[in-house]
Amino acid sequence: MKPAPALAEGFPDLSGMQIAREPHWFRWVSAALIVLVLAAIARAFANGQIEWSYVSRFLTAKVILEGIVNTMVMAVLAMALGIFLGIVVAVMRLSPNPVLKTVAAGYTWLFRGTPLILQLLLWFNLALVFPTIGIPGLWSARAVDVMTPFLAALLGLGINQGAYTSEVMRAGMLSVDIGQYEAAQAIGMGRLRALRRIVLPQAMRVVIPPLGNEFIGMVKATSLASVIQYPELLHNAENIYYANSRVIELLIVAGLWYLLVVSILTPLQMLLERRFARGTLQFAR
Amino acid sequence: MTKPLVAIRSVAKNFGEFQALRSVSLDVWPGEVMCLIGASGSGKTTLLRCINQLAAIDAGGIWLDGELLGVREQGGRLHRLTEREIGRQRLKTGMVFQRFNLFPHKTALENITEGPLQVQGRKSDEVRAEALELLRRVGLSAKADSYPAQLSGGQQQRVAIARALAMKPMLMLFDEPTSALDPELVGEVLAVMKELAKSGMTMMVVTHELGFAREVADRVVYMDQGAIVEQGRASDVLGAPREERTRAFLSAVI
Repeated sequence: MKPAPALAEGFPDLSGMQIAREPHWFRWVSAALIVLVLAAIARAFANGQIEWSYVSRFLTAKVILEGIVNTMVMAVLAMALGIFLGIVVAVMRLSPNPVLKTVAAGYTWLFRGTPLILQLLLWFNLALVFPTIGIPGLWSARAVDVMTPFLAALLGLGINQGAYTSEVMRAGMLSVDIGQYEAAQAIGMGRLRALRRIVLPQAMRVVIPPLGNEFIGMVKATSLASVIQYPELLHNAENIYYANSRVIELLIVAGLWYLLVVSILTPLQMLLERRFARGTLQFAR
Repeated sequence: MTKPLVAIRSVAKNFGEFQALRSVSLDVWPGEVMCLIGASGSGKTTLLRCINQLAAIDAGGIWLDGELLGVREQGGRLHRLTEREIGRQRLKTGMVFQRFNLFPHKTALENITEGPLQVQGRKSDEVRAEALELLRRVGLSAKADSYPAQLSGGQQQRVAIARALAMKPMLMLFDEPTSALDPELVGEVLAVMKELAKSGMTMMVVTHELGFAREVADRVVYMDQGAIVEQGRASDVLGAPREERTRAFLSAVI
């Protein structure tokens, strides 16, 4: 056997050497500047006209805690309604039936095209249009009794959310390869069963990050329901400062709670993403 | 007298201006293995998709097991069948796709049991046992709990064949089953198909694997521009083609 040719001279062995740490001067300077600016802001607030004792006292006040519970209840229910409507409308939008398609497009157009706060006010004041509502001959009631702040907020937020969610869902369904529909059809599945068993589970993976976004938006959008007397967090904070005039203190209380809730939601989203990533390489068993 | 399992009569299919199939007529007999060859765009894949009703034909008729597909004749007119009825007709055929199209969120075993459980509503113990037997038959017993992303292309295609067989079809349709595979993985899929052919399954195979056609096919059909140009025994069509177009295609392929 021929011996291997000798290696050329002039290329020393570097295997024992370590890579030196760079000083990164710019990072240190910029970080120091940011800390300085934050400290200045903190100092300004500490010396400003804010009674921090009020903040800490009202942070766990019963009315505020009730407000945060109502906010979460409303956010979850309205989002559930929104997702349900979103799936139904997205399926209608992708159906071959022109009637269903048009109805779906019209719904999205109407509820995405008007401000949410206006929709909330319309639902809440429905009694001005229809004093009594019901099914003729079966059941009827006065609209003012039925359209409570809770129901008006739920309908307003949920139906508005459905219009946005339908587009998220549609994007998710379109992201699933056409071959998946065909494979489902080839084993005898109808359109709806293929959607439920094959397409939607795959669409969920794509849809969860934007839906998480939408849900975080929803948590904060519930604050709009304060204008129709729904006792959520901001509404209750406002009620307190109407009485004691500690406006900024109570707004800070509400703000801290919103931040806390949103901070908890982010890791929850990660868990959901894992659940629906079954079969993709990075999470496969 | 036996009847053809598939009878195709004067079938035409257009995609806009493009005539994918122009008046194709063909019989497929029970137990026959037919290979469809031809350049891309010649209509061979479209023909398979029309038999499985993934594409609706524009003219003519296809009968499967004596039953007219996709439409019902009533009062001198043809009425389209409902989605449910078409789904029922599809159960008689099994389809294997070029790109496998396994369900990525389900394991190999779940891919196979999905149809029998969800569509046919059969008992899960029985379905599971059959699915495991099918996996053994395609040589993948060890991969029952693997997801498609964990399988090689050849393994995925073998699971896809098992998935189609799980519905107990009378006719298996293969749409270029090895075209998306790395060369070293083609053999394992063809081996499964040969075994299936030997078991007596009626098969229509769109393929560029002329070696497979020569060895396994009872009949080879050469298509060009949406029409059947030549058909006959594999040794005749591939070995001594009568038509000039067939000769040109074969010399281009080999």
